[in-house]
Amino acid sequence: MTGLFWAIAKTLIVVLAAPLMVGWVKWLKCRLQNRKGPPPWQPYRDLLRLSRKHVVLAETASPIFRMAPYIVFSVTILAVSTVPVITVQLPVAALADVIALVGFLALGRFFLSLAGMDVGTAFGGMGSSREVTISSLAEPALLMAFFTLAMNVSSTNLSTVISVLGQRDITLYPSLIFSSMGLVLVAIAETGRIPIDNPATHLELTMIHEAMILEYSGRHLALMEWAAMLKLTLYSLLIVNLIVPWGVALTLVTGDLVFAALIVTGKLLLWGALLAVSETIQAKMRLFRAPQFLGLAFILSLLGMMSHIILEVQ
Amino acid sequence: MAWAGGLRQNFPVNDEMAILIAESAVLTALLSAILPLFFLNRPHLQSLVAFFLLGGSGLAAAWGGGMALLLQTTGQVVLPIGLPWLHVSLCLDPLAGFFLFIVGFITFTVACYGSGYIREYIGGQLSIGTLTLFTGLFACGMFLVLLAADAFSFMLAWELMSLASYFLVVFQHHQPENRHAAFIYLLMAVVGGAFLFLAYGVLAGFSDGFSFAAMKAADLSPTWATIAFTFAFLGFGLKAGIVPLHVWLPLAHPVAPSHISAMMSGVMLKVAVYGFIRFVYDLLGNIIWQWGVVVLLVGSASAVLGVLYALMQHDLKRLLAYHSVENIGIIYIGLGLSMIFHATHHLEIAALALIAALYHCLNHAIFKSLLFLGAGAILQQSRQHDMETMGGLIKKMPVTATCFLIGCISISGLPPFNGFVSEWLIFQAALQGPILKSGILGAMIPVAAAMLALTGALAAACFVKVYGIVFLGRPRSAEISEAQDPSFGMRLSQMILAVCCLGFGIFPTWVVRAINGIPESLMGTGLSSVTDNGWLWLTPVSPQTASYGAPAVFFGILVSWLIVFVFLHPLRRDNRIRLGPAWDCGFGPLNSRMQYTATAFAMPLRRIFSFIWLIVEKVEPAGPGEAPRYLLKIDDRVWLMFYVPIGKIMLKLAERASRIQGGNLRVYLSYSFFTLLFLLWVIV
Repeated sequence: MTGLFWAIAKTLIVVLAAPLMVGWVKWLKCRLQNRKGPPPWQPYRDLLRLSRKHVVLAETASPIFRMAPYIVFSVTILAVSTVPVITVQLPVAALADVIALVGFLALGRFFLSLAGMDVGTAFGGMGSSREVTISSLAEPALLMAFFTLAMNVSSTNLSTVISVLGQRDITLYPSLIFSSMGLVLVAIAETGRIPIDNPATHLELTMIHEAMILEYSGRHLALMEWAAMLKLTLYSLLIVNLIVPWGVALTLVTGDLVFAALIVTGKLLLWGALLAVSETIQAKMRLFRAPQFLGLAFILSLLGMMSHIILEVQ
Repeated sequence: MAWAGGLRQNFPVNDEMAILIAESAVLTALLSAILPLFFLNRPHLQSLVAFFLLGGSGLAAAWGGGMALLLQTTGQVVLPIGLPWLHVSLCLDPLAGFFLFIVGFITFTVACYGSGYIREYIGGQLSIGTLTLFTGLFACGMFLVLLAADAFSFMLAWELMSLASYFLVVFQHHQPENRHAAFIYLLMAVVGGAFLFLAYGVLAGFSDGFSFAAMKAADLSPTWATIAFTFAFLGFGLKAGIVPLHVWLPLAHPVAPSHISAMMSGVMLKVAVYGFIRFVYDLLGNIIWQWGVVVLLVGSASAVLGVLYALMQHDLKRLLAYHSVENIGIIYIGLGLSMIFHATHHLEIAALALIAALYHCLNHAIFKSLLFLGAGAILQQSRQHDMETMGGLIKKMPVTATCFLIGCISISGLPPFNGFVSEWLIFQAALQGPILKSGILGAMIPVAAAMLALTGALAAACFVKVYGIVFLGRPRSAEISEAQDPSFGMRLSQMILAVCCLGFGIFPTWVVRAINGIPESLMGTGLSSVTDNGWLWLTPVSPQTASYGAPAVFFGILVSWLIVFVFLHPLRRDNRIRLGPAWDCGFGPLNSRMQYTATAFAMPLRRIFSFIWLIVEKVEPAGPGEAPRYLLKIDDRVWLMFYVPIGKIMLKLAERASRIQGGNLRVYLSYSFFTLLFLLWVIV
């Protein structure tokens, strides 16, 4: 029962902390670009403001449009609940493994893209079309990266993966290096960051995520935005806990947990800083160069798997 | 199996009961074909009788099949019909029972649907009698293929199935393209049948008799076994529609009446898969790992190419037909994995892969039939089959739209629906690849897994397109805006299938436990650990390796939805939702032509994978007073690469052969005479 309590508490904390992560990246990016920028807690204000506003619904919208924010948000929460954050002792982790995690995210995206097409404007369709294009290239790369990790520890269960990797000596596994690189590239594409998509833009011809949610307002928009923040946090957690698994608590002892919480927060802040730097030094690429970017991610992940099978299997 | 033992104690039956029920299903199907012919001038009564009997036969088949599967019985019957020295023998074991359940169940839902659907033909030029006659014979043929226990009756039933379905494809014969499609279907069916004759011929050559029991006992050298395997692979593959033998499928499936499309795509392809499994696992037995590699490669190619071709289609039913190619590919990936693990004596993993493939057969039958029935409802209501004319149907046909959405999510392999479970199981089997300790296999299995991942992602993209264009947005034509939900029977059958999509996704442990009897009977090993942890957890290898708690996932989605809904509502001050026009950038009212089209939606993917298709794209410049025209033609490369050259060669050979065609009766009689002499010389 304590395990379940911790799992729910952890999910709540991540859900509540997600806007801070986005705010932190945005604030740091502004600083790096010599702008003053909004404070890191600005996303909370935005969410609160949106959730108090009226919903203005397009006349052509169908029930799918109104259901989608709730489905997208709750599926993302479920995905978060299966990821170990500060401890691997997680009863919920048995509920769904890493393939199911990818499935949850895909389910959310399915409804997000449907919502984009629902109102029947050109923007929504454009955003959905681009989103499914990019994700249909990114998802196989992500699965390949996860499969490499899974084969390394012969388990697709995230808790097992992290605890086995965390207890290993620090050795150079070629497969893990390749698949980590693939994972990072996919994460950038899937969370709509530069160079694939620009979270700050509202220029019609370049946007992807913003185009899909253009018709949303009020609490629906708040949920969609929050889900996007949650997704960024989720991918960040996956990256910091899978690539650098040290520091995640292996037990449920309070001291360990506090220590682990500090370390994981530090790792997340560092990853956010890296993201801000990378977004400052490069520009968004053309949409039709995105396949090359994702193709690279796929090849890296596949290389990781091949090198595991050829070099590391005894 | 302890579980089956318990069931048998609770329901004491003898082994013959299941097959008796199955036989009654065959007879009822035959009756549903023949009886309506007595009411030729009362079409309403005719369709009622036919579909009532068809539904009954479907239920009986599902009952008998399910009984054989769950109770693990094997019943045998020899019918005193057929050739004097070769009676028709039937057998119902768990494998046949599983497929009989699928075929019977889908036949039942199709029968619920059919009488409403064919109402539009009543009073037209086409005869209802023809349709019901061949529908009954088609179902009867499929049941008999599954029950046949000797090569002779198998081939007889197989040809009955092929021929009956040919007449159903050509039913709407007034359109020339339908006749063309049906001709190609017939051609491919005949060629496939010939390959099967050869395959069984090789086996019969080494065994005494045509019965499956004798063929099982035959001792084949690896070379001859490989020859037999090749023939069977081609013969069954032609019917199942693997790439590059799939060309008839996207032509024939869309032109048949929609409930027949559902039966052809949903279950006839499964009958071919059944034949392949029966031939390879049961009759041949000693599997060689290279066969598995071939099956795995062809399956991966079918999956990826099938979904890519589907993405480019605008015709709803043709798109669904291409998705059948994709799903057969996924099933073959599972079978290929299973064969490789079987040949290398990892029987437990082989059982896992086989179970995954069989599970996907079940799932595909359900969601593909559901989608075809939905497409049929749209076709009946609006007479439109081109997606570019549709849109906004969710408001006109809410029931069809809801069921279709469930079908779309299931076929895209998303949790918590059934498509996800079978793909998850295939991934789990593929991830056990490293235990093979062989470089080639070790490298090939991950690539197959990658192809499967790509297929799943592209399928989701394709079904976002389908649902978004067809059901969401604004209606793109006048006919579509007048569509309504169809009659009760048509809605009911879709709802049954949609509930099954969810049910088979949420309770996978029960399904896996039921299917587990098939690998137990085929290779003597089942999955021991899969349901050890209760009905809640699916643990294919061990709980540490992987687990999926489907009921909990479903529950989790519901609970988190509820929490979000309840907690976010008090935050807003009043409950009103204001309606307003969609954002038009300040340029005036939007119309339906400004929406994204299906072609536009798939354009980025078309550009990325442009090397797959033959694309002709051009814009004709506008003349004075007219709009410019955009032309886009996308062709199947396989057609040009394989079939056009083969067709040319065949024509040339036919020209050569026509020289012996003297046109004189005496010449032909002398040919027959010399052939007879030659054969006598060979035999004696």
